Amino acid sequence: MNLRISRRAALLGLGTLPLATPAFAQGAPIKVGVLHSLSGTMAISETALRDTVLMMLEWQNSQGGIGGRRLEAVVVDPASNWPLFAEKARELLQVHRVDVSFGCWTSVSRKSVLPVYEELNGLLFYPVQYEGEEESRNIFYTGAAPNQQAIPAVEYLLGPDGGEAQRIVLLGTDYVYPRTTNRILRGFLNSKGITNADIMEEYTPFGHSDWQGIVARVKRFAGEGKKTAIVSTINGDANVPFYRELGNQGIKAEDIPCVAFSVGEEELAGIDTRPLVGHLAAWNYFMSVDAPANRDFVGMWRNYIKNPRRVTNDPMEATLIGFKMWAQAVAKAGTTSVDAVRTAMIGQKVAAPSGYESEMKANHHLTKPVMIGEIQADGQFSIVSKTPTAIAAENWSPFIPENANRRRG
Amino acid sequence: MNRLIRWLLLLLLLAALPARAQDFDALVSGLAGGFAQQAEAVERLGSLGDPRALPLLRALSESRLMRAEGGGVRVAPNGATPSGPEVIRINNRVRVALRGALGRLQLVSPDPAERLVAADGLLRARSAEDIPLLETALARESVPRIRDRMDLALGAARLGSSDPAVRREGVAALGATASPEARAVLLSALGTDEELAPAVDAAVAAIDRRLALRHAAETAFQGLSLGSVLLLAALGLAVTFGVMGVINMAHGEFVMLGAYTTVVVQEALRASPTLAPWSLPLAIPAAFLVTAAVGAAMERGLIRHLYGRPLETLLLTFGVGMVLQQVVRLVFGAQNREVISPPWMQGTLALPFDVTVTQNRAWIILFSLAVLACTFAAMRLTRFGLEMRAVVQNRRIAATMGIRTGRVDALTFAFGSGIAGLAGVALSQIDNVSPNLGTGYIIDSFMVVVFGGVGSLLGTLIGAFTLGVMNKLLEPWAGAVLAKVAVLVGIMLFIQRRPKGLFALKGRAAES
Repeated sequence: MNLRISRRAALLGLGTLPLATPAFAQGAPIKVGVLHSLSGTMAISETALRDTVLMMLEWQNSQGGIGGRRLEAVVVDPASNWPLFAEKARELLQVHRVDVSFGCWTSVSRKSVLPVYEELNGLLFYPVQYEGEEESRNIFYTGAAPNQQAIPAVEYLLGPDGGEAQRIVLLGTDYVYPRTTNRILRGFLNSKGITNADIMEEYTPFGHSDWQGIVARVKRFAGEGKKTAIVSTINGDANVPFYRELGNQGIKAEDIPCVAFSVGEEELAGIDTRPLVGHLAAWNYFMSVDAPANRDFVGMWRNYIKNPRRVTNDPMEATLIGFKMWAQAVAKAGTTSVDAVRTAMIGQKVAAPSGYESEMKANHHLTKPVMIGEIQADGQFSIVSKTPTAIAAENWSPFIPENANRRRG
Repeated sequence: MNRLIRWLLLLLLLAALPARAQDFDALVSGLAGGFAQQAEAVERLGSLGDPRALPLLRALSESRLMRAEGGGVRVAPNGATPSGPEVIRINNRVRVALRGALGRLQLVSPDPAERLVAADGLLRARSAEDIPLLETALARESVPRIRDRMDLALGAARLGSSDPAVRREGVAALGATASPEARAVLLSALGTDEELAPAVDAAVAAIDRRLALRHAAETAFQGLSLGSVLLLAALGLAVTFGVMGVINMAHGEFVMLGAYTTVVVQEALRASPTLAPWSLPLAIPAAFLVTAAVGAAMERGLIRHLYGRPLETLLLTFGVGMVLQQVVRLVFGAQNREVISPPWMQGTLALPFDVTVTQNRAWIILFSLAVLACTFAAMRLTRFGLEMRAVVQNRRIAATMGIRTGRVDALTFAFGSGIAGLAGVALSQIDNVSPNLGTGYIIDSFMVVVFGGVGSLLGTLIGAFTLGVMNKLLEPWAGAVLAKVAVLVGIMLFIQRRPKGLFALKGRAAES
C-alpha cells in the first residue's frame, strides 16, 4: 500500500514534465472512487449506481483496462449523511488518491463535496438530473439540467396529451434540488399564464411517511374546478409511502396526473404499481427504450447482477455514459491527470442506451433526449413522448434572474 | 324482463342511428393510430352507440387490444396479459376518452358495478349529449348508490347544455348534493358562464356547508391515525421507561426488529397459498415473541447491572441500538424491504356521511387500541401485572412477600419490548422497512410518554392522540416540517409548567 502511494506520488511529480503515452506501461492501477450512499434514506436509489460503476469497471478491465492499466475501485459509504459525503470525498482524494470519482445523488450531497473536489482538484462524475445553477471545472454533470427534464415535463402536462392542466401542485422533499427546481418551474408556469393562486407548493422532510394530510389537501386543491396535476420532486424512500397513499386515496392518473422527477424503475420495484398506471415520470432514458444499445445495457446489467429481473434506470444510464466518456478521454489524453482529462472530455461522444448520441459540451453537461413515460402495471414505463433529437443543457436557467448573466451564448 | 328492456333500449338506440358500417370500421382502425387519433376514435365510437365497440374499447383500456396483420385490430382473450410491440398502448388522454365512451356504452349494463363505473365516467365527461341517455338510465335504475352517481352525472351533463334553463336545473341538482365532485364541476362552470354565477356561488356555498363537517371528520381521522402510530410506538416505552424507569434508547430498534420479523414471516409463508393471506396476523405473535426474547436477553445480560444509573443505562442502550441496526443491515442489507399489504388493508373505507378513510390507517387505529387494552389487562388483571406493580411500588417489601423481583424485572422489560415489536408489525404497513426505521420514532415515543405522564397508560393514550391531532391541525397552516417543530416547542413549554406530564403517578419512577 505504502509502496503504491509513493509510486503514484512519483508519477504525479513527473506529471508536470511532458509525459509520453508509455507512462501507461508503468502499469499502476487506475483508481476509481465510488461515493454513493449504501445505507440510509437514499440507499434505495444509490446502491444500484455503485453496482453500475463496478460493472463498468469490470467490463473495462475485460477490455484490457485503459492503455494497458487496470482499473481498481475504491468504494466508500457516506450513509445518506451530507457532511459525511465531504469527509468521504476527502478520504477518496487524499488517502486513496483516486484518479476519478463517480458519486452523489442528492444535490445537497453534491454541494457538500464540491468544495472538496475544487480544493484538491479532483474529478467527479455526477449522474443524476438536478436543478442546475451550477458549473464546476471539477464536476461533469451527466444527468439532466432543468431544461432537459423538468420544464419539458411540465410543458407536457399543460399540453393536450398531458390533460391541459391549469393548476399545478409542487410537492418536494425539503432541500436544495426541489426548492430550486420549483422556483424555476414557478417562473416557467407564470410565463405560461398560470398565476401563483393556481400553484400549491409543499415540502416534507427526507424519509417522510405520513402523507395522508398532504394527499387529502391535494385532492381538495384539485377540486376547485380546474384540471390539476402534481409535479413531484420527492426523493428517496419517501416515495414508497407517497405512492401508496395516492393509490389508497384513489387518485387516478386520469383525474390528477402526477409527474415525478426522481422516480424510476428502481424506485418502483418496491411498489404495487397497478393503482398507479398512467402517472408519469420524465427522464432521458427508460428501460423500455427499444434500441440495440439498450438491449446490450440491460443484458449486461442482468448478467452482472446475476438477477434476470433487475431493472435499469436513467441515473444508471448516465453513470454508464459518464464512465465511457471518461475512459475515452483518458485514452485520448494518454494520462489520468485531471487537467488533461478535463480538456479531453469536452466533445466526447457516446452512443447512449437511450438510442441517441450524447455529447459532452463545454459547460460540462451532456446533450440528452427528453422522454416522458407513463407507469405501467408491471413497473415499467410506456414512453408517451420524446424529443426528436438530443438537446443541449441550459444549466443556468432563464427563470432564475440573478444567474442569467452567467449563461453562455 | 329487465334484461329484455335493456336489449330493446339498445336496439332503439341503434335504430335511431343511420347505418354507419364503414364509419365503424374506419374508427376501429383509428384505435391503432397515434394518441390523438386514438382519443378521437374512442370518443366517436362511444357516441356511435354500437355495441360491437364495447369489447374493443374494454380490451383497449385493459391493454389487451393488439394490432392485427393487415391494419386491423384483434382482441386478446379476457384475463390475458399480452406483451410485445403488437399491443396497442394508450396514454392518459386516451384513458380519459375511454372513460367517457365506456360510460356511454355500459350505462345499460346488467352488472351494477359496471353501471357505477359508467356513471362515474359520464360524470367526468360532462357532455350535454349524454342527457337523454342518463335520463332513461336513471328512470330504470334501482340501486340507490348508482342513482346518486347518475344524478350527479346528469347534473354535470346539464351544466354543459346550451339552454340556460337546463343549465340552471343542473346547478340546482348539483347544489343539493354534498359531493366534492359536484363542487368541482360547479366551479369549473363558473369561469365560462357569467349569467349563472350567482346561482353557482350559492350552490357551492351550500355544498361547502355540508362538506365542512366531513373535512373536520377527515382531519380528525388523520390526527387519530397519527396518534395511533405514536401510541403504538410509545406503549412499549410506557412500560420499560414509564414503569421500570429504564431509559431505553434501543426502543426504536425493537420496533424495527418487529417490522423485520413481519418481513421474514411474510417471506416464509409466501410459498403456501393457505397461509400467505394470513401472514400479517401471524406476524403479530411472532414479532412479539422475537422482540420480547431480545428484550429479556438485554435486560438479564446488560441492563440489570446498571439499575439506578440512568446515564450509563442511556449510553448502554444507545450502543445496543446501534449494534442492532448494524446487525440487521448485515443480515438483510441496507436496502428497504418490501412488505405486502393484504387486500383488506388497501383502498378506502366509506363511513356514514361519505367520510372516506384509508383502510390501512383504520386498521392500525383499531390495532393500537387493542394493544392498549391488552397491555392494560395484563397490568391490572393478571398475577404478573400484580407482581410488576408490587415491585414498582416497593421492591423490598415485594421481595419479602416472596416475589422474585429479578424475574419480574426481566419479564416486564420483555413485555415492553414485545409491545414495541407489535408496533413494528403495524408500522411495516405504512412506513419503509429499513434498518433506520426505529430512529424516526424514538424521539416521538419519549415525547408521548413524558407528555402523557411517566408511568401512566391513560396518559400515554391521551398524550399520543393529543399530539397526533395537534400535528394534523397545524399541518395545513404550517406545513409538515413546521408543524412538527411547533408541536415540539409546545411540549417544551408544557413540560416547564407541568414537569410530570398530564397524569403524574406515584411509584419508583416518581420517587427517583
